[in-house]
Amino acid sequence: MTDTGWTPDQPLVSIRDVHKSFGELEVLKGVSLDVMKGEVICVIGPSGSGKSTLIRCVNALNPINSGSILVEGQEVNDPHLDKLELRKKVGMVFQQYNLFPHKTALENIMMAPLKVLKQPREEVEERSRALIKRVNLVGKENNYPGELSGGQQQRVAIARSLAMDPDVMLFDEVTAALDPETVNEVLLAIKDLAQRGMTCILVTHEMGFAREVADHIYFTDRGIIVEHGPPATFFSDAKDPRTKEFLSQIL
Amino acid sequence: MNAFQQYFYDLAQEYPRWNFIYFYDPSQTERVIDGLGMTVQLSVICVICSVIIGVIGAWIQGAHSALARNLMQGYIQFFRNTPPLIQLMFFYFALGQFTPTYSPDGWLEVPIISNVGWAIISLSFFAGAFNVEIFRAGIEAVPESTREAAEALGMNRLQIYIYVVLPLAFRVSLPALNNNLVNLVKTTTQAIAIAVPELLYQMISIYNDYSTAQYACMLFMFIAYIVLVGILVFGMHRWERALKIPGYGT
Repeated sequence: MTDTGWTPDQPLVSIRDVHKSFGELEVLKGVSLDVMKGEVICVIGPSGSGKSTLIRCVNALNPINSGSILVEGQEVNDPHLDKLELRKKVGMVFQQYNLFPHKTALENIMMAPLKVLKQPREEVEERSRALIKRVNLVGKENNYPGELSGGQQQRVAIARSLAMDPDVMLFDEVTAALDPETVNEVLLAIKDLAQRGMTCILVTHEMGFAREVADHIYFTDRGIIVEHGPPATFFSDAKDPRTKEFLSQIL
Repeated sequence: MNAFQQYFYDLAQEYPRWNFIYFYDPSQTERVIDGLGMTVQLSVICVICSVIIGVIGAWIQGAHSALARNLMQGYIQFFRNTPPLIQLMFFYFALGQFTPTYSPDGWLEVPIISNVGWAIISLSFFAGAFNVEIFRAGIEAVPESTREAAEALGMNRLQIYIYVVLPLAFRVSLPALNNNLVNLVKTTTQAIAIAVPELLYQMISIYNDYSTAQYACMLFMFIAYIVLVGILVFGMHRWERALKIPGYGT
């Protein structure tokens, strides 16, 4: 591992003045935020405000145009970035689960530790079975994704990401594609994770959940962070008219 | 002569046009078996090589290097847009001139690549060009989001291809691959043009020697190819079913 001089008292993820365009369309117009170790932050905002793009930039799925993103001191916006080193630290869960359909639930979880980290099979399997238990899917180990409900698939996806033992987890609207009755089981899995001290960045539309688990809430609109604060004050004393309007529509 | 041989011998005596000579004349039986053996050998080796070419070619088509992609495109265009018969003859008669030779007895000069060797090379590359395109279509059917999930787990491009994209693309490609491999098995008959002693070559040799055996030889070839291709198709369908993922696709 490269020595970045990062110490745990510094932000685990530090985003500074990030600009990102897709062609002519500028999606992020100078976004900055810090996430400390163990912190849970929620990014909320209207569709197209750039919140998904922002977290996809954190694990280099989308390259940024300018600015800086440091993950444990490692600069993501570096042409010589060691992507594997970054992705060992950053786990990501997607809206559409994106499980590997040709692998069983257990195999999905085991694949990256086996193939990427080259860890011994017994050790990986033991850890993966523990993760299955943690996301409450005992008995579904040998089911293929196509045989699982959306909520179950999403919990497998969370376990798959956790199997890489990341330091920070990114959740990209992970309940948006789910049936209402399965949303809760996924939120419970994330809440459990947050309570165990995992650093989490969530893009979400679940305001009740954000209020409950987040240490800090960021509201984005048209590529900038309009307003942010701890949930206790954010929801009750929003100052910016755009935040107020958004909250009035959604709450 | 046993009863089986005797029956066909008598049949040929009575109806000369129905001269199934390969059933009662042991030296003709041997020719048929040799021909069948060569056809099966050609087919199996070419099927395997062409699938390998397809897998590697589809990987190169997704390469970062524009040079590699263009070379692959050139290869596909060349082999897809020219007749396989001309490819065989070009490889053997034209390229064969430039390959080194060796001399087993100090007298005869034998090229390093035999006519069978050239047939395997040329037919594998011919079917391989189609396989690249078949796999590419399968690869394009794998959602970008699935690839992204693998990327987010730290997999590199090769790992994503081998462990995620290819297994999914392969399943999508199987029906088209099946068709192309059937064509390949049938195209092995064209190796006769460079004197590869496969089934067609042996059969024509038989009825050149015994002209009354012509009908019987042609009939045998039809049945032999129906059976050979039938086995291939049966195997591919079994494979397709075995690879089916519960709850995935239709």
